[in-house]
Amino acid sequence: MADTLIPKELKYTSTHEWLKIEGDTAVMGITDFAQKELSDIVYLDLPEPGKILNQGDVLGTIEAVKAVSDFYTPISGTIIETNQELKTAPDLVNKEPYGKGWMVKIKVTNNSEVTNLLNAEAYEKITVAH
Amino acid sequence: MINLEPLIFNYSKFDRKGYSLPKSDVGIDKTDIPNTELRPDNDLPEVSEIDVVRHFIHLSTLNHHVDKGFYPLGSCTMKYNPKVNEDMCRLDGFAMVHPLQPVETMQGALQMMYELEKHLCSISGMEAVSLQPAAGAHGELTSIMIVRKYFEERGEARKKVLIPDSAHGTNPASVTLSGYTAVEIKSNPAGLVDLVNLDKALDNEVACLMLTVPNTLGLYEKEIEKIAELVHKKGALLYMDGANFNAYLGFHRPGDAGFDLVHFNLHKTFSTPHGGGGPGAGPIGVTKNLAKYLPVPIIEKNGDKYELNFDRPNTIGKVVGFYGNFGVIVRAYVYIRMLGAVGLKEVSECAVINANYIKKALEIYYELPYKDICMHECVFSSDNLKQYGVKTLDVAKRLLDFGVHAPTIYFPLIVHEALMIEPTETESKESIDKFIEAMIQIAKEAKENPQILKDAPKTTPVRRLDEVKASRELNIKYTKV
Amino acid sequence: MFTPHTPEDKKQMLDRIGVKSFDELISVIPDKLRFKGKLDLPEPMSELEIIKHCSEIAAKNSNQNNFVSFLGGGAYDHYIPAVINHILLRSEFYTAYTPYQAEVSQGTLQVIYEYQSLICELFGMDVSNAGMYDGGSAFAEACHMARSITKKNKILIADTIHPYYKKVIETYTHGLNIPIINCGCEQGNSGRVDVSHFAKMIDNDTAAVLIQSPNFFGILESVRELAEIAHKNGALFIVCTDPISLGLLNPPGNYGADIAVGEGQTLGIPSSNGGPFLGVLACRKDYVRMLPGRLVGKTNDVEGKTGYVLVLQTREQHIRRDKATSNICTNEALCALAATVYLSIMGKQGIKEVASQSYAKSHYLAQEISKINGFSLEFKHPFFKEFVVRTKLEPDYIISELIKENIFGGINLEQFNRKWKNLMLICATEKRTKPEIDKYISLLKELK
Repeated sequence: MADTLIPKELKYTSTHEWLKIEGDTAVMGITDFAQKELSDIVYLDLPEPGKILNQGDVLGTIEAVKAVSDFYTPISGTIIETNQELKTAPDLVNKEPYGKGWMVKIKVTNNSEVTNLLNAEAYEKITVAH
Repeated sequence: MINLEPLIFNYSKFDRKGYSLPKSDVGIDKTDIPNTELRPDNDLPEVSEIDVVRHFIHLSTLNHHVDKGFYPLGSCTMKYNPKVNEDMCRLDGFAMVHPLQPVETMQGALQMMYELEKHLCSISGMEAVSLQPAAGAHGELTSIMIVRKYFEERGEARKKVLIPDSAHGTNPASVTLSGYTAVEIKSNPAGLVDLVNLDKALDNEVACLMLTVPNTLGLYEKEIEKIAELVHKKGALLYMDGANFNAYLGFHRPGDAGFDLVHFNLHKTFSTPHGGGGPGAGPIGVTKNLAKYLPVPIIEKNGDKYELNFDRPNTIGKVVGFYGNFGVIVRAYVYIRMLGAVGLKEVSECAVINANYIKKALEIYYELPYKDICMHECVFSSDNLKQYGVKTLDVAKRLLDFGVHAPTIYFPLIVHEALMIEPTETESKESIDKFIEAMIQIAKEAKENPQILKDAPKTTPVRRLDEVKASRELNIKYTKV
Repeated sequence: MFTPHTPEDKKQMLDRIGVKSFDELISVIPDKLRFKGKLDLPEPMSELEIIKHCSEIAAKNSNQNNFVSFLGGGAYDHYIPAVINHILLRSEFYTAYTPYQAEVSQGTLQVIYEYQSLICELFGMDVSNAGMYDGGSAFAEACHMARSITKKNKILIADTIHPYYKKVIETYTHGLNIPIINCGCEQGNSGRVDVSHFAKMIDNDTAAVLIQSPNFFGILESVRELAEIAHKNGALFIVCTDPISLGLLNPPGNYGADIAVGEGQTLGIPSSNGGPFLGVLACRKDYVRMLPGRLVGKTNDVEGKTGYVLVLQTREQHIRRDKATSNICTNEALCALAATVYLSIMGKQGIKEVASQSYAKSHYLAQEISKINGFSLEFKHPFFKEFVVRTKLEPDYIISELIKENIFGGINLEQFNRKWKNLMLICATEKRTKPEIDKYISLLKELK
């Protein structure tokens, strides 16, 4: 898609999540491409803080009007925070997928897993193939 | 906001009554129930009979329905429902029978159920039928429960059920509900089951293959014999989703093609009305060796007497409280008895002609992903209109302005921008021609003035509704202000 | 008969399709699999003939209009106001499909919204769906819900639940390896379940406690104690109740039910030999996303007009497929319309009247029966509109003697459980009159 945003500084998964690492914590959300595919998001089922997950595990569910999708953790770790604003304003994911629409903060257990993720260029190829 | 019709609660006025009951004549006016268990009050509306009548009649006028116009909703078989059905199921001798009255006093009801079972056996080529499931999806579930029971008794712990990617969503959902895992098999380029994929997927853990025949593209599975052979060779069972049975009444019987289980939708094929979503009935038919697993009770005829037999040690149990949707069963019985063998064949012949006629007439205006002769329905795609910024949803909404219900859209999932059209046999050539004209005009509008489509519908009681708001704000009941 | 094509129509259409005959079209079915015979069905009938034929079959059935009925046990002879059938027979309602195109389905959609609202009010719950097949299947689906919500497995089920509902629940849960634990009755003859048995059997893996109140024997259960036991252990409390009883009794929402179910047949739907009925299913707000079946929400159109649409469809099979909350698609929408009209016409006062008259008449009947030699009330605890009588004579004999007098005298409980010998379940609704009850009593007195 021509007007899809894929910030250079982020890491990506082939399942359309993005990840930003800051020290030993990471923030994740879904990509601009993903939110456009789902269109108007109406509800998010986010995990409870304290939950321990492995890279690739299901983190939660995103609901649009006529579509629903699981999303996965890009990296192993413990959930430390979820975006409470999304409870009342799920459309933030549509409006600012990389900003106010962030979903989960994770305390990373293994930084080296980042090497399994895609850079912006590689992720863009996936979105074009769609 | 403008209301087309207020809620019934809005008509409520203190101390207004719409009901009429005689006074109690038994002289008991106190209860021995502790006060804490008694209800202080309730907030149901207080309205008069005319309030009720006008309210619901006004609401009724906001609906499209088969008696008003064409309803080509694919996979739903929206045929005309003969009026005599409604009269017959309302006879006191049917409608007022209590399910637990002595069987000697309900011989007529049991006779009718017994005979309908036999008729469905004849039509499908199956050995035994249960009328108990209340809907198509319920028939699927009951069937998969039987599959499970069959393997349990053989001591085989199979885990998977195979489903083509063109299947109705009820198939995988029924599989999960019966404790199996649904495994999807990709269709081949012709839209049919891919035998190579099927063979690969068929391992010893597969309990069953669920097939819809004809499939949701309206295509007959030509390799069905081969499919049945592959499935049976692995010891698995073959199930037919009978949602599309209207395509070949009297021309084909799933029992002859190797199916072990099949369900019927009485509310599609056998003309019982859909009631705005139900009730339907989803009887199932099975082979001789699976008959012992059918839900209880089964109806037996001993001499001249009909009986309900609950004593069936191998049964899966029960799937509804009593014996199934008897009121729907009466309607289907009437329909089958009025048409007979010749009439039923005529039904399918006309249904197939109508679908192919539409397919031919529209193939230059809409994309036709599968070009083979179809059976009772055909599936187009509006992908060719995408270049004008028009989606299938817009085509569907514009059709409403022509007084026609939209086809099924965005299904089957394997067709982009799908438009699934099932005219049924009860539509005349004139009515189908009108539909074709409308579809052609819409295709032209898409090219010349796509905004008309995007703004549609304009002539309906309400226009496009804000579904995002409905889901985000979730107002699902009246709250008193 | 119901196909309008003339031979000329067919010919023109086949020409247009580009085939010589219908045989070319049907040849998509391989020759070997084409059915060449004639279906083994009776000869067709005209409308006149079928009416006569059906009337004859119907006449072989006795029914609750030509017999006086004291039958209950899951299907009840309550009064059905005339207005209901007139509205059900509107083509606009009964010949419409599921409201997939909201713009031309506002009638059906608003009816469902009103149904949801009326059921929530009657049951004291936050959320109701658009209805399930019947009470038994709604109860079974509630078990699946409880399992998804609690992520626990075990179900405790009261022995006093309708035996057929129990059978449906067992059948529905079988494939999912859900342990179903039966909890029996109190010692003595209260006719209620033993609360201490639940307390003993419940554990951390219990998803739900299931009870029916009034129960199969008509008796009110100790609902508050049972709710407390469920909640203390993190299980859901699922209650099945008779909607009519809620004209008199506290609704499930008031005593801690997390999910409430019920048989909606009592709300203006004929007994019709057991179906179509209506499964009521309502729950607390928190569980709305686990609810099976359709749900309608209020919104507005592009011009600001109020309108209704199907909401939370992502729970349903057509979107979520194998992960859906249920497989249900076709439900009992027209029966839900009947219930909506019933609750509207009866309204606040009418539902109270129906409930209290059913109470009064069944209690008058029970009181008079208990005075007859050879008949006694089996249970002491309060009941609503049906009760169990112990008989000296064989129940089947009593029932067949009453049949001769055009009376359905009750249900022999032995058909449900071999241990329930010489027990009859008897019901009286608001439709029964004192003369009818007195006649019934006098006939019982004469039996030998």
